[in-house]
Amino acid sequence: MEIVLAIGIGVLAGSGVWLLLRPRTFQVIIGLSLLSYAVNLFIVAMGRLKIDAAPILGSHAATDMTGLPDPLPQALVLTAIVISFATTALFLVVLLASRGLTGTDHVDGREP
Amino acid sequence: MNHLMIAPIVLPLFAAAIMLALGGEQRRNVSAALNIVTTFALVAISIMLLRAADVAPTGVAGVYRLGDWPAPFAIVLVVDRLATLMLLLTSLLAAAAAVFSLARWHRAGVLFHPLFQLLLMGINGAFLTGDLFNLFVFVEVLLTASYGLALHGSGSARVKAGLHYIVVNLAASLLFLIGVSLIYGVIGTLNMADLAARIPAIRAEDRGLLEAGAGILGVAFLVKAGMWPLCFWLPSTYAAAPPPVAAIFAVLTKIGAYIILRLSLLLFGDDAGASDQFGDQLLLLGGMATVAFGAIGSLASQDMARLAAFSVLVSSGTILAAIGLGQVGVTGAALFYLISSTLGLGAFFLLIELVERGREPGADVLAVTRELYGDEDDTEILQETGIAIPATIGILGVAFIGCAVVISGLPPLSGFVAKFAILTAAFNSPIGALSPATWILLFLLIVSGLAALIAMTRAGIRSFWASPDRTIPRIRLIEMAPVAALLLLCAVQTVKAGPVMRFMQATAQSLHAPHHYVRGVLDSPIKPDDSRGPT
Repeated sequence: MEIVLAIGIGVLAGSGVWLLLRPRTFQVIIGLSLLSYAVNLFIVAMGRLKIDAAPILGSHAATDMTGLPDPLPQALVLTAIVISFATTALFLVVLLASRGLTGTDHVDGREP
Repeated sequence: MNHLMIAPIVLPLFAAAIMLALGGEQRRNVSAALNIVTTFALVAISIMLLRAADVAPTGVAGVYRLGDWPAPFAIVLVVDRLATLMLLLTSLLAAAAAVFSLARWHRAGVLFHPLFQLLLMGINGAFLTGDLFNLFVFVEVLLTASYGLALHGSGSARVKAGLHYIVVNLAASLLFLIGVSLIYGVIGTLNMADLAARIPAIRAEDRGLLEAGAGILGVAFLVKAGMWPLCFWLPSTYAAAPPPVAAIFAVLTKIGAYIILRLSLLLFGDDAGASDQFGDQLLLLGGMATVAFGAIGSLASQDMARLAAFSVLVSSGTILAAIGLGQVGVTGAALFYLISSTLGLGAFFLLIELVERGREPGADVLAVTRELYGDEDDTEILQETGIAIPATIGILGVAFIGCAVVISGLPPLSGFVAKFAILTAAFNSPIGALSPATWILLFLLIVSGLAALIAMTRAGIRSFWASPDRTIPRIRLIEMAPVAALLLLCAVQTVKAGPVMRFMQATAQSLHAPHHYVRGVLDSPIKPDDSRGPT
């Protein structure tokens, strides 16, 4: 389980970084999205992975805390998803504005 | 008193919401009035909080528990000396920028006033919060507002610079998240005071992960603070931003420096066990590299806006290097420098636009070859209506000299006092023998002052004396008054250097002895044995 998640995060982050360093704005925005997926998975992983456990509360008594996953990373990741969604949307607008103003999709606003 | 602590966050939020609800652009005058009233109210609130923090024996005026849950479980806002000092600085700059924007800049694009208030909300929240994840949220709020403001007025130069600014800051925010979640994974809390209490007791095998998390978090803030080599986005963004926005951006780099200062002393101060002084050496070296880069950049700048942007780097580098020295006296002096340089730079960003107004774009580059080509195309660029102040150029020149003196650190204004205090404190270090780094810092501070002086003199000569086609710009009183007010504040800081420095030293002492902060937040002795990670 850990190794699958670790490889998944690694592949997402690696592809994200590579795309982030590319010269086209569309590649950059996809790279940022992939990176934010990797980071979101990473935050969940930091709450420790659990198999065969209830997502938040099981049917057993709430007094038994040992079987419960850590709820805080879930709250954090929710916030992180919302924020990265909003900032990506904002970046998309700037990307389109840049395309419209400069006539090119290069990140420097002109072809090299 | 109690609910006053959250006012710096709630007030701008409500102001922005009301502006949007009133119809945004249709009622710009109402928005403008609301913006001014709110910003000046923030100045008053900051002064009240600052006084409260200063008279409090521990330096912590109060801890605001959101939802009234006890500290490690709920988010807290902590009002201490450093936070209130930064609040006051922000609100003063914001007041100047808001008044300045009324003359013309708030009409350059949509929704200037709501974005301005949201930016203030984010900045104030970042200064007040005592929780790492909440810090992330506030930093995102201020960054999102700053994206909008950096692009205010549009134009391809702004969009180009803004694109880089947004990408760099989004990537830095992802690093921030990685750092925060690593720290949470190791220690199991995100409350800063709780972190400080638990760090000395963590297991040796977890220490590597904790330091990796703190390092990644630090990189995210160093991007915002503009430390070399993470600062290449900064000059073009700041130079392209509209002047009132650039003035308030002068405080944005200081947020990175503030968080570095707070977290490095809180988490890795003298009580942190094996991790104490983590990263100090890197901060010192990086800060000095930033000063050198900024000085070279300001010498190489062709126009004043870039010169100002590189001066931001010099100021940021000086503060980071001073933090890296890790001595109480130097930290206090660095805070004095922070206030002085931020006010000076804010005034300079506002002034640049006024000086450049009477000149053709690109005149600096053309100034040398101007005679060869003649200047028949001497057109009046701006049709701004307003009362032309007599002797406008003279007033602008005096203000320019004031900015140059503050930024380069010459007597008699506060920049000199600040640099002198940093160097005096560094040379009176209790450690004994001076390290080579201190000598290099001395050299760099003096050389960077000289570089700033040369660059500013050159820019001043070009724009005030050597422009053959200069038209006298029409400048309104509400544009000149903020610049004058900011410079006056620098002068006040110089005249009242004694009390101000006493406050800074008290701030530095409470930063270097974080147990008051920790106790103030947690309100009870900490049991070191519950410092294990989440199960």
